[in-house]
Amino acid sequence: MSVNWRNIFLFAVMGLALVMTGMYQSWTLALTILNMGLISSIMALGVNMQWGYAGLFNVGVMGYTALGGLAVVLIGMPPVGEAWSAGGLGVILGILIGIGTILAAIALWTRMAPGKLRVLALIAVLTGGFALNRYFFLPAAAAIESVNPASEGYLGGLGLPVLLSWPVGAVFAAAAAWLIGRIALGLRSDYLAIATLGISEIIINFLKNEDWLSRGVKNVVGLPRPVATPVEMRQYEFVFQMSQMTGIPINRMATIASMAGFALLFVLVLAILMWLAEKALNSPWGRMMRAIRDNETAARAMGKDVTKRHLNIFVLGSAVCGLAGAMMVTLDGQLNPGTYEPLRYTFLIWVMVIVGGQGNNWGAVLGGMLIWFLWVQVEPAGRWLAEVLTSGFGVDSAVRDHIMNNVAHMRLLTMGVAMLLVMRFSPRGLIPER
Amino acid sequence: MDPLNALLALTNFVLIPGIAYGSQLALGALGVTLIYGILRFANIAHGDVMAFGTMWVILGTWLLQSWGVSLGFLPTALLVLPFGIVITILYLLAADRLVFRFYRKQRVRPVTLVMASLGVMFVTNGLVRLIIGPGSQYFEDGERFIINVREFVAVTGFEEGVGLRTAQATTIIVALIVMAVLFWFLNRTRTGKSMRAYSDNEDLALLSGINPDRVVMVTWILAGGLAAIAGVLYGLDKGFRPFTYFQMLLPIFAAAIVGGLGNPMGAIAGGYIIALSEMTITYAWRRVVAHLAPEGWEPTNLLQVLSSDYNLAVSFAIMVLVLIFRPTGIFKGKTI
Amino acid sequence: MSMSDASDAEGAIPPVPDNAVLVGERMTGGYGGADILHSCTIAVEKGKIAVVVGPNGAGKSTAMKAVFGMLPLREGSVRLDGRDITRLTPQARVAEGMAFVPQNNNIFPSMTVRENLEMGAFLRRDGIRETMEQVFELFPILREKREQPTGELSGGQRQQVAVGRALMTRPSVLMLDEPTAGVSPIVMDELFDRIIEVARTGISILMVEQNARQALGIADTGYVMVQGRNRFTDTGQALLADPEVRKSFLGG
Repeated sequence: MSVNWRNIFLFAVMGLALVMTGMYQSWTLALTILNMGLISSIMALGVNMQWGYAGLFNVGVMGYTALGGLAVVLIGMPPVGEAWSAGGLGVILGILIGIGTILAAIALWTRMAPGKLRVLALIAVLTGGFALNRYFFLPAAAAIESVNPASEGYLGGLGLPVLLSWPVGAVFAAAAAWLIGRIALGLRSDYLAIATLGISEIIINFLKNEDWLSRGVKNVVGLPRPVATPVEMRQYEFVFQMSQMTGIPINRMATIASMAGFALLFVLVLAILMWLAEKALNSPWGRMMRAIRDNETAARAMGKDVTKRHLNIFVLGSAVCGLAGAMMVTLDGQLNPGTYEPLRYTFLIWVMVIVGGQGNNWGAVLGGMLIWFLWVQVEPAGRWLAEVLTSGFGVDSAVRDHIMNNVAHMRLLTMGVAMLLVMRFSPRGLIPER
Repeated sequence: MDPLNALLALTNFVLIPGIAYGSQLALGALGVTLIYGILRFANIAHGDVMAFGTMWVILGTWLLQSWGVSLGFLPTALLVLPFGIVITILYLLAADRLVFRFYRKQRVRPVTLVMASLGVMFVTNGLVRLIIGPGSQYFEDGERFIINVREFVAVTGFEEGVGLRTAQATTIIVALIVMAVLFWFLNRTRTGKSMRAYSDNEDLALLSGINPDRVVMVTWILAGGLAAIAGVLYGLDKGFRPFTYFQMLLPIFAAAIVGGLGNPMGAIAGGYIIALSEMTITYAWRRVVAHLAPEGWEPTNLLQVLSSDYNLAVSFAIMVLVLIFRPTGIFKGKTI
Repeated sequence: MSMSDASDAEGAIPPVPDNAVLVGERMTGGYGGADILHSCTIAVEKGKIAVVVGPNGAGKSTAMKAVFGMLPLREGSVRLDGRDITRLTPQARVAEGMAFVPQNNNIFPSMTVRENLEMGAFLRRDGIRETMEQVFELFPILREKREQPTGELSGGQRQQVAVGRALMTRPSVLMLDEPTAGVSPIVMDELFDRIIEVARTGISILMVEQNARQALGIADTGYVMVQGRNRFTDTGQALLADPEVRKSFLGG
């Protein structure tokens, strides 16, 4: 493979932008952007696997990342013993009954001969199972939620090392993707879009409302961290020396060191994913995927099970999104379902993929970094611009107030316009598919 | 045992709100289904276009209110609605000219058009938030109730009352008129028939001399009108919040898919099916059942299948069932 | 069968009759790639039936599409009533008096029979009642089913709708692409009878057919095509009688 100077240049410019941010604004800001940028890159990578390799249109990224975030709570937090004894059994029983009901319904539907009797039996099984589930589940959930509600009121997690939650988050997302894929793949592409959009909204609703599981909108805070906190960092000798050398106060240096720790971890994950993704793309499997994408009919005629291949890649890409979601919650140190918004967690990722270059993994990574950088930096720029433009109205003008209040939404508009412009005039993006 | 009071409670808490909500969904789904039938893609921007139209109607309402203009007991918004419709139509025609037409002429895969609609959604959403902000706005004025529950109880002497809000009555009446006009247009006029022909068989429509640009333009005009009307009716009934309109996309598409994408009759049926299912499943039935149960057997728990936080899950579940068992919808829609 | 010798049959290009209504002369072209048609000529006279037959892949339907403007021509020309229409779009040709019935997807399935006919007359601004009456007289079954969605009709009835729709423009030339594909022999005979009736009203018919024997039976002129070239041209009866044509194309 020849050295692609253009791509190296693009990444260098990106790096330079971050360095400039560090020098002229602050290093903590630069690292904040870098860390979220790396996570965004991984999300974009996941979406690009689905879209670029297979042409699958997933607009449910938010749901998969949220499931990844849930994994961090369920793996990393210590279990709440009192809650378990209050309602653990009831909840588990309720869930088992729920699963049993669905399995029974499926068995019934496939085994029984079609007809009115089958429909009636199905309705009976579903209502009965549901009533039974509610009977055990609701009091148990209420009991759990009443255990020390101010700080607990949920079952807690397993108390395992938090890094373990990253692959588990990927598995959660993969499971949800498998379910959706089984339903919507093989139908027209529009249906997959609607189905993924729906499931992601429902996952967020679920996280917001099932307090027994992850405290709902009361949020889980104080998640364990895989990297030393700034306070812990201050005790390290090298942090002290770095502070001496650069003249940055020790407190800020410790924060920077802690963030840099995350950055190193994220770069490592991204590097592994990139290596795997590139290897997969250039393997016979990857060539087959692209062949299917470019001509589905021909691939079908050649005996390829297109729907099954699509399911594979859909599950894989969603798993990557789940992984990124788990990383993000770990970085934030809290699960906050109220902040999940489709514009930010689904559609912005799409802008990253399109601007970066559909079908190219490096493009997705660059797009993730660049768009996140702009997303953060456009706001102050927009605020400044709005201030200049509305200065004629006078300081206490209502119009000016209104515009200044809503100026934060300017970036939605900017991103939408950027996406449409790139799609139209440079559809191959910054780093085109090879 | 008191079936009459049970029926009254059912009417007040499930049927009236359900039919009003169903009318709003039906109008939204009609827009989505027309675009799907003619332009052959799922327009993800539709929910935000509804918000866009509603926003202008709200701004216009405020202006008229500041001038002291009103429509008596009816909401002032109805007076501004035509203006909102025109602006929404112009916006969609501009979006078509600047975004969709390019891809249509290239005859791209439908998914590219869906993605373009994603971009339009983003821009529309940004515009709405920039102009009116992301918060809730209530713009219902005029007489709030046509039938007040308390008065109903006082006059009839029943235990349960039936209330009918002006917004609900307005919704149902306006929706019926719009649907009647739309079906008259599609089934009786030359242009309407040419749209159905184009939706049925594009190539043959071209061979028959039907002008595709005109068909597409009329489609956007209808979709814009339907979106603005649906959005304003929903906003009058439940209040306006941009994010809620985005979320409406799911029940709207569920309605269109349940009825069969591309089939206008199906979109209407789907709208009511989704709305009434949502109400039925998230309503706490204790009150109704208490009237029906024998003395001393009244239920103690709420008898609510799912909390109303899960209303999206209901429409999603119905949509999934339809996709599994009958992907073309109840009324046969376009081939999948 | 050895068809390759047709390539040297440059002399097989038939002369164009003087009073031809529609002529596609020495048409050469293809869909972007290699040429499919090689100097192919087809013509039909007023009120006459011209039939194009030939083995699968001979370019029959392609020739039809070329005449109708659905295939870009590299060489050659198409003339209608003596005017050059080579550069016109299919839609413009419809306005000029050509009508085309595609082989598949030739109706609007969710619309009623009457609406299908109305759509056929979309470009006409005058009264269409009379023309619709003529179509109903030609295909009485359609009058009976006029308020039924055409998607619910049988295969033969759908073909009648398709032909009826094309006739609604009152064309001077009616082009049919394998109108009897997939219908039963009885229906086929009936459809051919109707086509003869249409021709008697003065409308020229240009038709591609898979059922060569029956089609040549009603043809005033028959064109046998092989690999995008004219191979034999004569009256239908003469071709049916020609031993070589019988041996190679009609199964003896």
